Amino acid sequence: MFDLVWLIPIFPLTGVLINGIFGRRIENKSKRLVHWIACGAVGLSFLVTLTIFLQLLGLPAEKRLYDFNWFSWISAGTFQASVGYQIDPLSMFMCMFVTGVGFLIHVYSIGYMWHDEGRYYRYFTYLNLFMFSMITLVLADNFLLMFLGWEGVGVCSYLLISYWFSDMANAVAGKKAFITNRVGDFFFAVGMLLLLVNLGSHGTWSLKFSDVFTHISLLSPKLITVICLLFFMGCTAKSAQIPLYIWLPDAMAGPTPVSALIHAATMVTAGVYFVARCNILYTMSPFAMSVVATVGAMTAFLAATIALTQNDIKKVLAYSTVSQLGYMFLGLGVGAFAAGLFHVLTHSFFKALLFMCSGSVIHAMSGEQDMRKMGGLKDKMPVTFYTMLIGALAIVGFPGFSGFFSKDEILWKAFSSPQGSTGLWLAGLMAAAMTSFYMFRLIFMTFFNECRASEHVKQHIHESPKTMTVPLIILAVLSIAGGFIGVPEALMGSNRVEHFLAPVMGMGEGKLLMAADGTKMLHEVSEGAAHHAFSMEYGLMLLTVLIVFCGIFLAYLMYMKKRALPEAIAAKSPFSYRLLLNKWYIDELYEKVVIRPLHGFGMFLWKGIDVVVIDGLVNGTARFFMKCGNTAKFSQTGYVQRYAVSFLVGAVVLAAYYIYVG
Amino acid sequence: MNQFHYPILSIIIFFPLASAFLLMFIKDMNGNNDELFRKLAMLVSVIEFLISLLLLANFSDTTAEMQFVELVPWVKSFSLNYHIGLDGISLWLVLLTTFFVPVCVLCSWTYIKEKTKYFLISMLLLETAMIGAFVALDLVVFYIFWEFMLIPMFLLIGIWGGQRRIYAAIKFFLYTAAGSIFMLVAIIYLYYYSYKTTGAGTFNLLELYHLNLPISAQFWLCAAFMLAFAIKVPIFPLHTWLPDAHVEAPTAGSVILAAILLKMGTYGFLRFAMPLFPYASHQFLPVIAFLSIAGIIYGALVAWVQPDMKKLVAYSSVSHLGYVMLGLFALNIQGIEGGIYQMLNHGVNTGALFLLVGMIYERRHTRLIDDFGCVAKVMPVFATFLMIATLASVAVPGTNGFVGEIMILVGAFKTYPAFGVFAVSGMILGATYMLWMYQKVMFGPVTSEANQKMADLNAREIMTMIPITILVFVMGIFPNLFLRKMDASVNYFIEQYNYKLEQSIAEKNKPPVAAIVQKNGFATNKKNATVRHGNL
Repeated sequence: MFDLVWLIPIFPLTGVLINGIFGRRIENKSKRLVHWIACGAVGLSFLVTLTIFLQLLGLPAEKRLYDFNWFSWISAGTFQASVGYQIDPLSMFMCMFVTGVGFLIHVYSIGYMWHDEGRYYRYFTYLNLFMFSMITLVLADNFLLMFLGWEGVGVCSYLLISYWFSDMANAVAGKKAFITNRVGDFFFAVGMLLLLVNLGSHGTWSLKFSDVFTHISLLSPKLITVICLLFFMGCTAKSAQIPLYIWLPDAMAGPTPVSALIHAATMVTAGVYFVARCNILYTMSPFAMSVVATVGAMTAFLAATIALTQNDIKKVLAYSTVSQLGYMFLGLGVGAFAAGLFHVLTHSFFKALLFMCSGSVIHAMSGEQDMRKMGGLKDKMPVTFYTMLIGALAIVGFPGFSGFFSKDEILWKAFSSPQGSTGLWLAGLMAAAMTSFYMFRLIFMTFFNECRASEHVKQHIHESPKTMTVPLIILAVLSIAGGFIGVPEALMGSNRVEHFLAPVMGMGEGKLLMAADGTKMLHEVSEGAAHHAFSMEYGLMLLTVLIVFCGIFLAYLMYMKKRALPEAIAAKSPFSYRLLLNKWYIDELYEKVVIRPLHGFGMFLWKGIDVVVIDGLVNGTARFFMKCGNTAKFSQTGYVQRYAVSFLVGAVVLAAYYIYVG
Repeated sequence: MNQFHYPILSIIIFFPLASAFLLMFIKDMNGNNDELFRKLAMLVSVIEFLISLLLLANFSDTTAEMQFVELVPWVKSFSLNYHIGLDGISLWLVLLTTFFVPVCVLCSWTYIKEKTKYFLISMLLLETAMIGAFVALDLVVFYIFWEFMLIPMFLLIGIWGGQRRIYAAIKFFLYTAAGSIFMLVAIIYLYYYSYKTTGAGTFNLLELYHLNLPISAQFWLCAAFMLAFAIKVPIFPLHTWLPDAHVEAPTAGSVILAAILLKMGTYGFLRFAMPLFPYASHQFLPVIAFLSIAGIIYGALVAWVQPDMKKLVAYSSVSHLGYVMLGLFALNIQGIEGGIYQMLNHGVNTGALFLLVGMIYERRHTRLIDDFGCVAKVMPVFATFLMIATLASVAVPGTNGFVGEIMILVGAFKTYPAFGVFAVSGMILGATYMLWMYQKVMFGPVTSEANQKMADLNAREIMTMIPITILVFVMGIFPNLFLRKMDASVNYFIEQYNYKLEQSIAEKNKPPVAAIVQKNGFATNKKNATVRHGNL
């Protein structure tokens, strides 16, 4: 059965080919067939994944590794890269929720895109292509094939963000996403090449994960740090971290199911997956780990501050995604790889849910995304309201919901692990407080109080069709239940996620735990801490819960009770409000410091160097020879008299020479 | 050796020439016969392509020897031979040529309305010249084909070109001819030198490979050859003829120019400049690597600010060919195979881009990016093809461009990692200018009514694009089909290059007879040399 792993990416690819090539004809004949093909392909992928996953569970933990080598992709001399898939707990863990959530969002898209005037098949072709790329990304057994998926999801993201391309803003957002990701890919590629060439000089010419990880200790710690940081730069673009997170909020220009699938649940977690996959590399470089943790914590904090003031419902969710991704990196950075991945899983449930609910709202509001024009939707869209409430409770970490378990695990590790610190924990805690505030601000503004929409819009408000609400309900259930697969030991759970992932993370946490300075052994410390500090953990947990409640209460106060308060605050501190509203002016900074100067430089190279200097020289040379010719042509006029004169002059000169000199 | 009993390469070279000759005898009838001419030219070029597939079918990838060789004495007193042959390096370039000529004939079906007959004749003559140059193994034969290439191209630009066609055509001709003159001098010197040392002068490339040139002479000869090729590539800063020629040339001319003609330069480096003068070319290595990187970045930045789509693609060629040169001068198997592969990729991708720009130009008679907008809405099929070509051009994995680029980068990182980092930055810049163009042209609100009326691609245009699109993906997913044919030749190339390089270095370090043998110095130098090239 493991040998059928290639079916998982092939189904969506077939969908791409069928809908991509014949989509127009299929759509003209039967619009339904288009989505049957697309959803069917992903559904089949999910079934195959599920079968393999169950088989994997049936094996003893140490045997849960299988490599399927399909065919050789690029090879030249010693450089080899193949198309091969790796089945292990990590890749199956990712693949399960990618195909599962992906399938739900495909189904949801049917309802959402059915009335769209654009080409239906084009949308589903892109969506299938995305699934193919994402599956390749998580299943690949080597860096290069993973890079194919890595760039592939970027391309699909670009295509889908600019899906409604008639609006220039969407097209620009798509381009921005792709180019920002390319900046990250630049670092990623450099890291990959350095890794390849340096390992090669030690005799291991391979980019295969297993080969690289077994031989990585041949490299010097300094080099490993450099490589880790380069890779992490790549992850900051893909997973929207400081400094390259700027594309994600703009990416909300795409259709909402796309935001749910690509820009919340799956693609943006690729960076987290990658760091977890390379946990061995990172554990060998404490410096890189601390960079990951710090960037994660900072992003979690910064994005949460921006989310406080946004009025676009999707923008709030976008910044909350950035913030949650920051949590995941914080988890990875303090060595809690499993906790980070657990948060990836729960986040994929509740964030996909939140986005899809917001999509349902936008759908009902005839495309309106500004929360100031919403309100009072609670009774008109009950399914959407309750599912979204569940999603919000999950993301803020309300006890018992999935986000509670995963977020708490990360915060605890940020505090307790040897890589962690009080500062990291505090940043995470404050972000959690802000999360609960802005999420409930969103809920209150959207669903409570009076409806502020225009009469025309009001008439159209309706609950969404079944294809949309059923996925919502399923995800809502998962947002609650999903947390219980990873209940930490402190809460009498067995932390199944961590145990399941242990064979992969174990390589990082068990075998190669020696920190590069050779003193600390991560697992000893963390194990020791785990036993001694349950009481501490409870205390912190309680504190977190309290602070979350405070956030919710504050939102209630400001957006339900004293609704003049937000404006009063904004008026009182215009500077900080404006700073947050304009996202700390980071976009403007990049525009002024990087893009404008480079464009200007290009202009200078063209108008200055190319046209003036080089062509000036070229044309100058031509002109020089022409002048020579023009001058010399007077000696060739064809007048016999002139020749006679020059002959005479010549004769005189010669005669004079012989007389006086010779 | 020749796998066939008949001179297959000569047939491939001269079949278009003979056909062109026959076409001359069919009357023009003031353009009434144009359809017939087109069909005949199409037929000829397709047959030509099919014949060239025979080469592929019978090509042996186990030997580095020249294959399908023909050697006929020509001018005996100068031991000048008609000597042609094919190896793993030139095989794909010949196929690329025969592949693109029918595409070009097809794409100019309705675009060329005047003097169609002569246009097609020029096209076929150009094909003869290009193939001849790729298979020539005699310096004089090579030089003849090399210069002969200029004439039909000159006519294509000068007669069927745009508004500034005369300026562009002359600039193209003189720029390239100026470089070639030095090469001619170098060829004559090589003959003279071989005559002086061996008593029998030769223009035979394979024999000249084994000539032991003094180091001082190598330098100048190499410089002469390199100048000719560098202009053709074109290497920054010798590239300014290219944008002009591309912008003014008709679509088919641009396609041939980008897809094949530019490859003459890079091929020349690989076939002549490097193996004939290993020591000197190795001395030039840092310079070439630097200029390649400069070209990659410079070309990309300048492409970014172009208002004209065709000029943008033209400058992107400068950038892409920078990669090719970087790969070739990485001097290891990944770099060189990547370089050759990138030559093919650039041909396919840039060829596709020029075709597409041509298609849109025929509809609106403008190429200014600002004149367009929202084209994707009215021309969805066109949009799809342009998207694929764009992605291939920015080297997204899964397309051919990625395979070439990653191999070149691997090669470059092995030889000079510091340079390599700069080369990778082309990844960002490439995406920037290509997507910038795509967004401005294809997306956004409808700006003018003329744009709304544009018809999507017709069947003929789709037919032109389909083979290229298939190639993009086949070359991106199964590159080994192509790479394995090159292995033997490229390995042999590297082996010979290093061997001769070591020899030259040893010779240079040989102490004068009278002096005491400086054992240590000699040993260290030799060791250095091995270390430096040990990882090739």
